[in-house]
Amino acid sequence: MEKSIKKYFALFALPTIIAFGIAFVIPFLLGIYLSFTEFTTVNDAKWIGFGNYIKAFSNQEFLNALGFTVKFTVLSVLTINVFAFILAMLLTRKLKGTNVFRTIFFMPNLIGGIVLGYIWQLIFNGILYKFGVTLTSDATYGFWGLIILMNWQLIGYMMIIYVAGIQNVPKDIVEAARIDGASRSKILRNVTIPLVMPSITICLFLTLSNSFKLFDQNLALTAGAPSKQTSMLALDIYNTFYGKTGWEGVGQAKAVVFFALVALIALVQLVITRRKEVEN
Amino acid sequence: MQKTRAKDYSIFTILLVLAIAFLSPIFIVLMNSFKGKFYISDTPFLFPDETTFVGLKNYTSGVAKIDFFSAFGMSLFITVCSVAVIVLFTSMTAWYITRVKSKFTGLMYYAFVFSMIVPFQMVMFTMTKTANVLHLDNPIGIILIYLGFGSGLSVFMFSGFVKSIPLEVEEAVMIDGCNPPQAFFKVVLPILKPIAVTVAILNVMWVWNDFLLPDLLIGTEYKTIPIAIQYLKGGYGSIDMGAMMAMLVLAIVPIIIFYLTCQKYIIEGVVAGAVKG
Repeated sequence: MEKSIKKYFALFALPTIIAFGIAFVIPFLLGIYLSFTEFTTVNDAKWIGFGNYIKAFSNQEFLNALGFTVKFTVLSVLTINVFAFILAMLLTRKLKGTNVFRTIFFMPNLIGGIVLGYIWQLIFNGILYKFGVTLTSDATYGFWGLIILMNWQLIGYMMIIYVAGIQNVPKDIVEAARIDGASRSKILRNVTIPLVMPSITICLFLTLSNSFKLFDQNLALTAGAPSKQTSMLALDIYNTFYGKTGWEGVGQAKAVVFFALVALIALVQLVITRRKEVEN
Repeated sequence: MQKTRAKDYSIFTILLVLAIAFLSPIFIVLMNSFKGKFYISDTPFLFPDETTFVGLKNYTSGVAKIDFFSAFGMSLFITVCSVAVIVLFTSMTAWYITRVKSKFTGLMYYAFVFSMIVPFQMVMFTMTKTANVLHLDNPIGIILIYLGFGSGLSVFMFSGFVKSIPLEVEEAVMIDGCNPPQAFFKVVLPILKPIAVTVAILNVMWVWNDFLLPDLLIGTEYKTIPIAIQYLKGGYGSIDMGAMMAMLVLAIVPIIIFYLTCQKYIIEGVVAGAVKG
């Protein structure tokens, strides 16, 4: 059977391979090469070694964006997961209307980042107006604005994953613990949380990579204002490519660093997940 | 018993308050879309009254300004075509690389998995250039780019599912005289239906809301909804808040309709996608 399928390579595999090559493989390899060159178009690239990387790391805007992104990611991962877990706990009790609540909490996730950004811009500016300031008059407002926006968008998504995890916890184990006299907090700590660990790992990974790679929401809410203080990494890379002529190589070097960081996060996550699986 | 009931009521009340808080941003935008543009930034949290109410004026001016219906058509065209192409071709590819075991198919599988962790900014510039050179910077070409960029997750998810299908089924139909394409389209594809729905939903959510890729490839000529909204902000020095509110509402309505009609599949798909991803 394998042999007869193999003959149909051109039909089954080729279209995807061509598209994957054009959209991903070639741009990826070309991107790594170009990060070591000076260029304005792909054809006039001149090899300059690590020059772009040195320039990227001595670029204050890039370092600010890195710091801002890390700070934002840590806080949003924490808040989103804590709130989503609490909501999931409440919604797995046998209460009326839980399905309606789940539907409502999940809804913001389907709205695109650009639209989300402008919705919250209206609300934040409406509140801040009363104090005579705007969202972009201080980077602190933009930071907290992004945190609130991100929580609104992702809590429902993570809640859905936690609900699935909590529902898979065998009821008799919880029941047995209760009969043995374990308190609610003890059951949560020693029974529920260890058993929903796979969901926790997934949610941590999703919130981590989504926060780290944030672009649309950042662009729509503050566009980096005031003076690029609320630019995250993805937006900073975009602005380097399309806002500064002669800096294309540096932009590409920043992009490679960005990719390396995202890959590192994914790898660390994978190792931790594997270790957890062994323990189970 | 009495105690738990009281507790249930208080939890229900907390959830109700939270649900209202969750919906309020959308409601506030809806409310403001009926107000005159000069009142929106001053009193965004008040209901429209006799002086501030302008009827559908914001909608008509917004629709005209960003050419909303052509943006809607563009979004719909790109999303439907891309997702159809992604589901069709990546399911075929996933079946092929799972059933044909060679060094090459193994390498392909890892290349697809690898592509899932690469952020868009890494290939943003070079992919745009490649697409320009190959004249893929148009609404048809972008479908091919979406297939290429979406194939990582989709092939990965289909492959996981194909592995769980017993080989005997396919062997039996092929002994009965089907060639591989017949076996795939008549037997395998119908079995893949549940995972195909999941893959389709995850891709619809991505392509419909995607901003940067279409903006870089076709944005100056053809605008999708997110691009049209971004340009409404960028293009008019002081922004027309009334038109903006109306366009935000029109951007959200199709998503909410889609969500309420396919809710069950969307939530299941997201859970399945999360576990796989």
